[in-house]
Amino acid sequence: MTIPPRVMMTATSKPDAEPVRAPAFFAQVMQWFEQLPHCKVLGLKHLAASAGQVIFELPFSDAIIGNPQTRVLHGGAVTTLIDTASGSAIYTLLAGPEAVATLDLRIDYLRPAKPDVAVFCTAECYRLTEHIAFTRAMAYQDDIDKPVAYAVGTFARTSAGKEGA
Amino acid sequence: MTGPEIHCIADIQHLLAQIPYANLIGAQVREQDGEPLFVLPYRESNIGNVLLPALHGGVIGGFLENAAICHLMWAQEVALLPKVVDFSIDYLRSGRPQDVHASCEIVRQGKRIANVLLTAWQDDRSKPIAVARAHFLLA
Repeated sequence: MTIPPRVMMTATSKPDAEPVRAPAFFAQVMQWFEQLPHCKVLGLKHLAASAGQVIFELPFSDAIIGNPQTRVLHGGAVTTLIDTASGSAIYTLLAGPEAVATLDLRIDYLRPAKPDVAVFCTAECYRLTEHIAFTRAMAYQDDIDKPVAYAVGTFARTSAGKEGA
Repeated sequence: MTGPEIHCIADIQHLLAQIPYANLIGAQVREQDGEPLFVLPYRESNIGNVLLPALHGGVIGGFLENAAICHLMWAQEVALLPKVVDFSIDYLRSGRPQDVHASCEIVRQGKRIANVLLTAWQDDRSKPIAVARAHFLLA
């Protein structure tokens, strides 16, 4: 699956997009994320990142179908995509190693996710406090103007490594 | 959109076998006190944090969403898969590398919309690892 042009536009065309806070650290985290057993099973890929924002891809595979008749994708795979992308958006703002844990995630499923095409997710950490990160995310397929899902989440930060943020 | 009709808990197991995503995470069902009890046996491919280690939060969410779909079909004895409208999950504890159990409660079922409450736990039901609330459109 090639990346739709609009996706690349979103990743690079934002005039005010700043680079991630700690590029070497963030690259390490993304590599680590993609190697996590369940992310590997789904083939989750990090496509682009700037300060506060990331774009992820969930490639299509028959294994993530949720309805054997319509072949519509299972919400669970979209949930994992959104959770992973939202957590990653937080790391674009962190200076160094620290763990974040999802507190809650609320997802609105706007339309079915079609089979045979990838699902993309843009996620943003729009507020980062000493203890909590607030995120929002949107999942879409071949048309960014027809999102598959919208989500908001909150994450807890651990005690380690907060001085820098 | 028509799947197998669900009349008993064995039918749910049969349905699970036909849902690719349910197979991917390994979701199963058994009966407890006349109700379906969903089980997610531990498997390494469901891990989302190798340091703790912990199950991926998305897997726990997907498992609960899938449990809700199956439970609704069982309660209604229908062959149509309900469509998820929204799903809101609170993570209470990290999912340890062990089996996860889940139960579903239908809070309100109207003609077209159902509101369900889901609970996931590991060895102690009084210490849930996640609770979720969802709306489904009954096709």
